[in-house]
Amino acid sequence: MFRTALALAAALSLVGCGSTQQASGVTGDVTVFAAASLTGTFTELGRRFEAAHPGVRVRLNFAGSSALAQQINQGAPVDVFASAAPANLEQVADAGGITATPAVFARNRLRIAVPKGNPGKVAGLVDFGRADAKIALCAEQVPCGAAARKVFEAAGVALRADTLEQDVKAVLTKVRLGEVDAALVYRTDVAAAGDEVEGIAFPEADQAVNDYPIAPLAKAPNAAGAQAFVDFVRSDEGRAVLAEAGFDSP
Amino acid sequence: MLVVPALLGLAFLLVPLAGLLIRAPWATVPDRLFSAEVGEALRLSLVCASLATVVCLVLGIPLAWLLARGDLPGRGFLRALVTVPLVLPPVVGGVALLLVLGRRGLIGQYLDAWFGVSLPFTTAGVVVAEAFVAMPFLVISVEGALRAADPRYEEAAATLGASRWLTFRRVTLPSVMPGVVAGAVLCWARALGEFGATITFAGNFPGETTTMPLAVYLALETEPDAAIVLSIVLLLVSVGVLAGLRDRWIGGPT
Repeated sequence: MFRTALALAAALSLVGCGSTQQASGVTGDVTVFAAASLTGTFTELGRRFEAAHPGVRVRLNFAGSSALAQQINQGAPVDVFASAAPANLEQVADAGGITATPAVFARNRLRIAVPKGNPGKVAGLVDFGRADAKIALCAEQVPCGAAARKVFEAAGVALRADTLEQDVKAVLTKVRLGEVDAALVYRTDVAAAGDEVEGIAFPEADQAVNDYPIAPLAKAPNAAGAQAFVDFVRSDEGRAVLAEAGFDSP
Repeated sequence: MLVVPALLGLAFLLVPLAGLLIRAPWATVPDRLFSAEVGEALRLSLVCASLATVVCLVLGIPLAWLLARGDLPGRGFLRALVTVPLVLPPVVGGVALLLVLGRRGLIGQYLDAWFGVSLPFTTAGVVVAEAFVAMPFLVISVEGALRAADPRYEEAAATLGASRWLTFRRVTLPSVMPGVVAGAVLCWARALGEFGATITFAGNFPGETTTMPLAVYLALETEPDAAIVLSIVLLLVSVGVLAGLRDRWIGGPT
């Protein structure tokens, strides 16, 4: 029923479309599943993509990359998958969901996030081992959790946490609310949080730089739209938006 | 005319459960069932749900009594308020708890400053979250029983010189015991299945706050087979609870 409605809507928009849409060749909805750490940038990119392709609607779904990979493997109708680590994209590729070669479009690294004023007096990774400090990390199956494990290993600090959250935004929320003294999130998340959160850079972050891959899905309901969106993210304009948010260029 | 939608409804409710059993990785079920993680999550779930039920009994029965017998203005409105957690999305309940009992919450900041107590990310936090969402079940059940009970027994006890507390303990409570038991079982089952408020308020850490529903959700992302096994355990517990309530509800009016 929903699918029929979608096809009908697509057909109608084809019939009634203006010359601008025919020029780009992209119509209908483009469904994008993106890592939680891309929430700000992909919302902006989606808006710009819609502006460049009138009549096209970008539908965004943000969550932990592992949850997204799982949803795609269970058959969610998705056009584009942007993950915070290659491993989650490979999960989809292994299940036959992606046949195109994924492209790395951004890099990100971890940063210590503390609530405004740093009430827990956290100075570096070593303080994460303090028993009196409340710590939030990402669960290990999401990329920010895997990266956290790597930096702890590099620093020789035993991994300890009070809560393992499902995605990086949930971790950031706990910092914002002041429920934890420190957390590991991405540099871009600290930047996006504004004044409420303070970031502390640490040297071991270089040991766990995340590559963000993007790929159109093999069963994309809107293949043309999927490719156009991937190209847009990798375009100069897309790179500029990502760079502004604090992502490194690959 | 009604048979077709009725059968569809039945299938709608039962097929997903059957799917769980059909897709279960039976060969590895025993291994997974007795693995440390499952045992830990199950133990934590049972302990927290039981403690939450105790909290609900201690606070909920007097509240039900107040709603049923108390002579206070705006009782209907109060009753409606009490049932809000019943219809509130549990995640919203979790956010609300965080804003009140969190480290910087309205009450939580004083708990932290005066007693050094911080509920989020602790097992006690899980109990609080579960009690919050489960208590309305107990209150409604007990209140219904109280309203159905004949107040003349209480009046008789009072005229014979029994104090209010003695009357409540020896006359009122025994007369509504079936309602209390049914409410407690429902309350326990709801607490056992609680997910949204728990993960929002108490976070997720194995052995401390990772209850069965959280473990199912986590496992689904890495090991779907493990998630199915955990789900079956919860399914069995739910069926067990329903079997326990068999006479009261499934038997229908007799």
